[in-house]
Amino acid sequence: MSETVKFTIDGKECQGKKGQYIVDAATDNGIYIPVLCHMRDVVPAGSCRICTVNVNGRKMAACTTPVEEGITVECNTPELTDIRKAIVEMLFVEGNHFCPACEKSGNCDLQGLGYKYQMMVPRFPYAFERREIDATSPKIFLERNRCIFCKRCVRMIKDSEGRSIFAFKGRGKTLEINIDGKLAATMSDELAQKAMDICPVGCILKKEVGFSIPIGSRKYDKNVIGSEIENSHQ
Amino acid sequence: MKEKIISIIEAYGKDASRLMDILSGVQSEFGCVSDEAVVVIAEQLHISEVDVIQTRSFYHFFTSKPVGKYAVYLNNSVVSCMMGMADVADEFEKQLGVKFGERTADDLASLHYTACIGMSDQEPAAIINDVVFTSLTRDKVKKITAEIQAGKAVDEMFTDYGDGNNSNPLIKAMVRNNLRKTGPVVFDAYQSGAGLAKAFGMDSKAVIAEVKESNLRGRGGAGFPTGMKWDFCSREAGDKYVLCNADEGEPGTFKDRVLLTERAEMVFEGMVIGGYAIGAHEGILYLRKEYKYLKAHLENVLKEMQAKNLLGKNILGKGFDFDIRIQLGAGAYICGEESALIESSEGKRGEPRNRPPFPAQKGYKNKPSIVNNVETFCSAARILDKGGAWHKAIGTMESSGTKVISISGDCHAPGVYEIEWGMSIKEMLEMVGAQDVQAVQVAGPSGICIQPSQFDRKIALEDLPTGGSMIVVGKKRDLLKDVVLNFMEFFADESCGSCVTCRSFNMILKKAIEKVVEGHAIQKDVDDMAAWSEIIRKTTRCGLGQTSANPIATTIKNFRELYDARVKNLDYQSDFDLQKAVLESCEVVGRAAKVHE
Repeated sequence: MSETVKFTIDGKECQGKKGQYIVDAATDNGIYIPVLCHMRDVVPAGSCRICTVNVNGRKMAACTTPVEEGITVECNTPELTDIRKAIVEMLFVEGNHFCPACEKSGNCDLQGLGYKYQMMVPRFPYAFERREIDATSPKIFLERNRCIFCKRCVRMIKDSEGRSIFAFKGRGKTLEINIDGKLAATMSDELAQKAMDICPVGCILKKEVGFSIPIGSRKYDKNVIGSEIENSHQ
Repeated sequence: MKEKIISIIEAYGKDASRLMDILSGVQSEFGCVSDEAVVVIAEQLHISEVDVIQTRSFYHFFTSKPVGKYAVYLNNSVVSCMMGMADVADEFEKQLGVKFGERTADDLASLHYTACIGMSDQEPAAIINDVVFTSLTRDKVKKITAEIQAGKAVDEMFTDYGDGNNSNPLIKAMVRNNLRKTGPVVFDAYQSGAGLAKAFGMDSKAVIAEVKESNLRGRGGAGFPTGMKWDFCSREAGDKYVLCNADEGEPGTFKDRVLLTERAEMVFEGMVIGGYAIGAHEGILYLRKEYKYLKAHLENVLKEMQAKNLLGKNILGKGFDFDIRIQLGAGAYICGEESALIESSEGKRGEPRNRPPFPAQKGYKNKPSIVNNVETFCSAARILDKGGAWHKAIGTMESSGTKVISISGDCHAPGVYEIEWGMSIKEMLEMVGAQDVQAVQVAGPSGICIQPSQFDRKIALEDLPTGGSMIVVGKKRDLLKDVVLNFMEFFADESCGSCVTCRSFNMILKKAIEKVVEGHAIQKDVDDMAAWSEIIRKTTRCGLGQTSANPIATTIKNFRELYDARVKNLDYQSDFDLQKAVLESCEVVGRAAKVHE
């Protein structure tokens, strides 16, 4: 049905479907463009900016820009790599991230990107913001210290009638992720698990289970984040 | 309480997309949107409570805790501070016995700071219960607070109304127009219905062609060609909408205030013409909450237009229907961004949307929409009356027509001026009587800060584009402290927070400029600030976010010596201020707060 378009990423000839977002088309061609907020087939948020690429020389978010015939995409230039590293560093200083004590360690996309970009000491000063943990709902913890405002839970986790269980509260420096106490109480185990799984960091955690997959056997323990995509086409 | 809230919700047809109006209604009725009110609203609209809270918590004028019976919102933007805001704030605190951010024990009054309220030509200014008080002094504050304590109604506290329509019985504001220069496009005499009648004499394609011919470009600041925007939208099918952006929140801008006061009918006429051109039958004027004092007047203008058959059913007997409603904002700078404005009009947080799709394809309620500035619609009405070629002949090659600019700060005649595009900054400064000028902030905080050697540059989209804000900064000011730091505080407060770079970098940059102002920074900090500003510009999602580091980026470029004069000649300086960190504990134990020299 949909029209096939040809384009290049870092010089490599690629094919995609017209209207498909660049980040998804790249994945289909075995090229990894890092993401934190994007998930395939979910309305994009375009909020983490880590997928920023040059499209015909212009900086665009790969998760919100559709592929078009003949476009030239640059993904891994020194400038873009430094921008991505800066964004990762910025997320680390903005929140309070202590990987060794986090249940998500090894399965965390932010941590994975920290390793990928070889972040040592962030170039920015730490904010040391005080953020409250919400443990009131029966199925999950909301560990706000680790939230990176990707909006995945806001976009994907709804109750049986389509109402939001998660939403933003405040703006700018007062922004926080908020949880609806009443609706969260109705969450099934499956929905709670899904909420934890889509959270790219350790902000949403399912209660009553912990470290069911031991450290050492987790997604990014032995593989660099994105390598599964890069290896899929070799 | 519950019955009253339900009646407010029912007045808006139990429609969740009218959440802004519902929250506004509840806020004015009860002085807050309490958590109890949130429960009722969520229940009635069948949405989750967090969705009500996300809208409530986004806007400055919605509060979860009650404000005082008299809620004083004092403008703390740059020009207000220049004109003596600190004294005014001090007097309010002294007279009412509470600090800003607090409410008196008897719930009579509360004090709040707020971002630019569009009165930079008559600062310091405050809004008390939707009524604007301008040119405040300690004496005026004493009078106001005495009357608050006596329980006098705010609109009875004064009778010296401003000029023009400001003294109209439906406005009765002390605001002055300060309209100091009129021009041929906007402020020249206008025959009601003239542009509309001519437009209706052509087919819709010809109207768009006329606007294209005029070379009119968006007057909000971005300068997108209006005819092209209308053309894109006209090609889409189905229901469409016309939105007018009357949310001028860029500090130092107040020209739309005067346009809405004196040229409201022309604005609405422009909207009808836009509707006719693209094939829309509904228009929304998004009015910033700070201008609520104009709402009754604007509604009356709409009524008069209906009576004259310039609005409503079968306009001028040509079989075209068009209606306009006014959507009130609630205090959020970002809603001046067109897609954020649409989100807000739908009752949501004012977060900019991703593009594509563009509003012309999917705008209000996901239908094709055009969003244009107040002045753009005024110009469109004139263009239809006088012709595109007439308009094109005014101004410069790339910037046709006139520009209404708001000039404020250190000058003799702050106010609104309709100039031809192409005027130099030097000519502008002569026009307003400004001497000993250190800098001109062109186009507000998101624009650029230029220094005297650049005053030959021209106000034009191809050189110095502006949506209207021009702030003159005299030599007596501390540019980094009084201007740049204030701007960065503004952006840190006003970022919607949705996109990482704007949210977090502006906090980081605000702290960095504080470090410079306090004298703790080193050369490397300044270089870092310049580099980090670039990351914001390159990666942030919306236009406002991309320009939010401009106060720092453009002053580092044009006033580097001011930074150099303040930095320490060291290779390393910690961000951690030990002296400051131990201050409190030193006070407790009665030790001098000196850690080491």
